[in-house]
Amino acid sequence: MHNEPSTSPVHDAAQHPEPVTLPTERPAGCPFDPPAELAQLREEQPLRRLSFPDGHTGWLATGHSVVRSIMADPRFSARYELLHYPLADVGDIPPAPPGEFLGLDGLEHTRYRRLLMGKFTVRRMRQLTERVEQFTAECLDAMESHGGPVDLVETFAQPIPGLMICELLGVPYAERDFFQEHVTTLFNQAASEEERGTAMAAMMEYLQGLVLAKRAEPTDDLLSDLTTSDLTDEELSGVGVFLLAAGFDTTANMLGLGTFALLSNPDQLAALRDDPGLAEGAVEELMRYLTVADPTLRSALEDVEIAGQKIKAGETVLLSFQAANRDPAKFLEPDRLDLHRKATGHVAFGHGPHQCLGQQLARVEMAVAFPALLTRFPTLRLAVPAEEVPFRANMNIYGVHRLLVTWDKE
Amino acid sequence: MDITLHRDRCVGAGMCALTAPGVFDQDDEDGRVVLLDTKPSPAHHAAARLAAGLCPAAAITVTAAREPGSSSTP
Repeated sequence: MHNEPSTSPVHDAAQHPEPVTLPTERPAGCPFDPPAELAQLREEQPLRRLSFPDGHTGWLATGHSVVRSIMADPRFSARYELLHYPLADVGDIPPAPPGEFLGLDGLEHTRYRRLLMGKFTVRRMRQLTERVEQFTAECLDAMESHGGPVDLVETFAQPIPGLMICELLGVPYAERDFFQEHVTTLFNQAASEEERGTAMAAMMEYLQGLVLAKRAEPTDDLLSDLTTSDLTDEELSGVGVFLLAAGFDTTANMLGLGTFALLSNPDQLAALRDDPGLAEGAVEELMRYLTVADPTLRSALEDVEIAGQKIKAGETVLLSFQAANRDPAKFLEPDRLDLHRKATGHVAFGHGPHQCLGQQLARVEMAVAFPALLTRFPTLRLAVPAEEVPFRANMNIYGVHRLLVTWDKE
Repeated sequence: MDITLHRDRCVGAGMCALTAPGVFDQDDEDGRVVLLDTKPSPAHHAAARLAAGLCPAAAITVTAAREPGSSSTP
């Protein structure tokens, strides 16, 4: 037993005893790269002490291997009320509202996940390919008839996943502006607690009405299917809000930011445009390279020894998926976008029991949408200087707010 | 090669069916892993091992069985 672990020679912590603060500034001119300090911290110590704004001293996990281990380890909890928030002192975090199973552990989480995972299988999502192709073509038609410049986020990146999640759940797509607005507020780190509460309440109210309608008159969709489960109206509405939010704002940002990344790497864009067979691998690499949903948090339920460190019960670990996906121990030349590489094993969808439920839908959407866009507009380019593209710096999901693009007319 | 499933752990992420579709599938109703081939041919071994490693819930165990004629892989 070491009474003072910081003086123990077996712990690397001896060399870097001071907790660090979380780097959040991306390098100037490199909007696709994580903060440069993260790479340095990972190289020194893939798991190290981190100071949280509320005074808590927790941990920062940056190495691919240790991030994966912690995400899969049931001794770490995803319960919101056990976590310390890394960006501001927000006081006590309330537990997840009913239906938001991202913030639950073990059997409580499994109860929801088991009801849903049969609806998001590889086969079922691939069966949606034709529908994604059809709707993508409609979006591209609208872009073409409008003519450049157009905002790719509004005309392409948001509608495709928005429509798909609405159709899956059985939510009227006509309400998309309503959801888009509230989801944006929910994911905005600059929004006040009150603003977020209002957005959440508006979505819950809408979903509760919809759930009652589905109970009375079931239709062929996920929400109707779930009315036969043991979920209460409140839980089912919460699931609906959670899936809508997840469906609206994740793939949308991958499509927007991914297109910008391709436009910034013309050789990679050309490779994908000229060989649509590259699409599935390209999607994995874009996921790895951009890692838009980051970071995540876990709380140790008991004392855990891992990667040469001792994490105590109650300590929060911040898991940097961005840093893990740029770990040179896992990926060769990690800072290079290379659509031909095998990016399999990235943690952009997370890892462990909470790994993204909708990942197979996201894969299908992206594997269809990126090549279709490049095939339709082979001369696609930015309509504004790259420096003027507005980034979502304060959002839970990284991306671009707008992406003005144009192309040569035939 | 021997493959053991721990279906109670499965979270239906689909990494197995995506990575080694000749060996694993997902149940259409509950989304959990299904083994298509208990003794996959050597051509499927690499994909099956990769799928086991990628499984987010450690629901797949792959062991190299000592079968006559099977090549031992490091």
